[in-house]
Amino acid sequence: MIAEKSNTAQLIIDKISSTAEKVDFIDNDRLSKALLYLENKGIPNNKHEDYKYCNIDGIFKKEFKNIEQKLNVVSDVAQYKLKDALTLVVVNGNYSESLSDKLILKGLHLTAFSNLDKEEKKLIGSLANVESDAFIALNTAFSGAGFHLKIEDNEQLQMPIHILYVSSANSEALVNPRNVIELGKNAEATIIEEQICIGTGKVFTNFLSEKFVGENAKLTSYTFQNEGANGFSVNTNQVTINRYGKYDNTTVTLSGSLVRNNHNVVLAAQNCEAHLNGLFTTKNNQLVDNHTLMDHQMPNCESNELYKGIINDKSTGVFNGKIYVRKDAQKTNAYQSSKNILLSDDATINTKPQLEIYADDVKCSHGTSTGKIDEVAVFYLNARGIGRESAKKLLLNAFAQEVINKIEVDELKDKILNLFENEL
Amino acid sequence: MITIKNLHASIGDKEILKGINLEIKAGEIHAIMGPNGSGKSTLASVLAGREDYEVTQGEVIFNGKNLLDLAAEDRAREGLFLAFQYPVEIPGVSNINFLKTALNEIRAYHGQEEMPAKDFLALVKEKQKLVELDGKLTNRSVNEGFSGGEKKRNEIFQMAMLNPKLAVLDETDSGLDIDALRIVATGVNALKSKDNAFVVITHYQRLLDYIVPDFVHILYNGKIVRSGGKELALELEAKGYDEIKKQFESLEK
Repeated sequence: MIAEKSNTAQLIIDKISSTAEKVDFIDNDRLSKALLYLENKGIPNNKHEDYKYCNIDGIFKKEFKNIEQKLNVVSDVAQYKLKDALTLVVVNGNYSESLSDKLILKGLHLTAFSNLDKEEKKLIGSLANVESDAFIALNTAFSGAGFHLKIEDNEQLQMPIHILYVSSANSEALVNPRNVIELGKNAEATIIEEQICIGTGKVFTNFLSEKFVGENAKLTSYTFQNEGANGFSVNTNQVTINRYGKYDNTTVTLSGSLVRNNHNVVLAAQNCEAHLNGLFTTKNNQLVDNHTLMDHQMPNCESNELYKGIINDKSTGVFNGKIYVRKDAQKTNAYQSSKNILLSDDATINTKPQLEIYADDVKCSHGTSTGKIDEVAVFYLNARGIGRESAKKLLLNAFAQEVINKIEVDELKDKILNLFENEL
Repeated sequence: MITIKNLHASIGDKEILKGINLEIKAGEIHAIMGPNGSGKSTLASVLAGREDYEVTQGEVIFNGKNLLDLAAEDRAREGLFLAFQYPVEIPGVSNINFLKTALNEIRAYHGQEEMPAKDFLALVKEKQKLVELDGKLTNRSVNEGFSGGEKKRNEIFQMAMLNPKLAVLDETDSGLDIDALRIVATGVNALKSKDNAFVVITHYQRLLDYIVPDFVHILYNGKIVRSGGKELALELEAKGYDEIKKQFESLEK
């Protein structure tokens, strides 16, 4: 279907161009491609197949009529820090050295995009194709800043890295944080990426991360999204895994008026492994849309997905999981499961597995279920003196455990569990 | 303790309880027997507050309160306990967490503070010994993957933990082998006191060899058609329900 475009993209460009910093780390050819793509395709609306349940053009028109880019300076993030992790803070797309911990971990290097040498700069945008998605194009044109995080070959980071992305403005605003995370050969790291939105203005955060998992490297990644009512975000993770590499991600979305996640994983060499887990809770008029892509390009790889949603009030949840098994990707094992609970009659879940298999010797399966809370179990709990609200909490907690238990950083797990229980 | 007067209940258009009258005092054990479909489990469910049933007539006074006005959780908090015929599996909710929540909500209802963790664990240990329940089971999810016998013992374990005033055991003996039956009965007998009461719903006299009732009632077609002492159960065991059915049917005509 041809997406009808509107002039939203042009309006955004006009509004943010004057304050946008110059993008000096992406070559002009690609920048003009990005702008051209935006101009031609526009911001996707629900006529766009990939954004069928996520009319971002409509949301922009309604919620971001008056982008003034009054971005805030953030001076304290202490309450968000985890004790046993190295915190790196990014405010409105800019890395903040003063808010971040000292980079004391052996084997860890952080470099602003502008300071990368010519060869290293080529990494930026090498995974995220500007002509594949409007938000990649938008980020490419306006990211302004960004950083490259590198874990050296053979290094195993001694503690998790906690990257806190803070969006904060006193007017409607659009920010475009961006990074490249690179794990060298045999490297191991745990990286927590947390997204929050503070301040009085609505902020549209268009986040883009390109992640390289080197040969026999292991990246354990957590995405924690708790942006509140002022937060609107599109988050693109473009991951590529090399031979024997392993990528594990668990994405927990507890709040945010709009959260669209594009999590694209390329299993680019033999014997690599990827796991994507997700938990999202939505209420009021929230829209949380998880789009995943497992692109099996080579033989003997394994992927696993488990997404769970709890949808309340008039909110909408989406899970669209695409598994692509290419011709050469024999002996692929790929599994996917999406389970959802609807808590209200007005809540909506759209869940869609998409399997495209071009190899003939593979094991692939998918399953999806959507239901209401189990009233038989509720009665059993009631009959033991447990009130309806507590019973509901116990059952939803149990439902979410399967995903929350994947979190191996105890402090983060406890924090999420607490916040999760408060959301119910 | 509990007075049931002219209780009628339906599911959909079908009337199942057609006027139950029953008075139970503290310290008593009542057995309710009757053939399949007579309304035994419906009575248990209606007392516990299952919403699938509609009470169309009658009243139930439990310790001075109108039981039918209370939500299921408040009935439990007032001291009513139903041992389920088919205990529900709840994956992801640990037995321990479940019991702790239950116990503390009941305490909160009575204006008591939460039980200290140490006391709670001591109580768990004591009570699981009573029903010979493997400690591993208490840490597992509620009833998940339990055998039939383990599920029933878990019901009695929960009863022991919550220490109700009135416990209704809905066919707790069904599906139990003789050893499990003995364990369940031992549990009940140990908990029995002058301050509480039990209603034992069963098809068979067998359980009543272990849990000796003060009264036996025969439920047939939604009504209690005969009441007597423990010897009534023996009579039933010998003659079966056919005679009761015949008597009753001729009465109806």
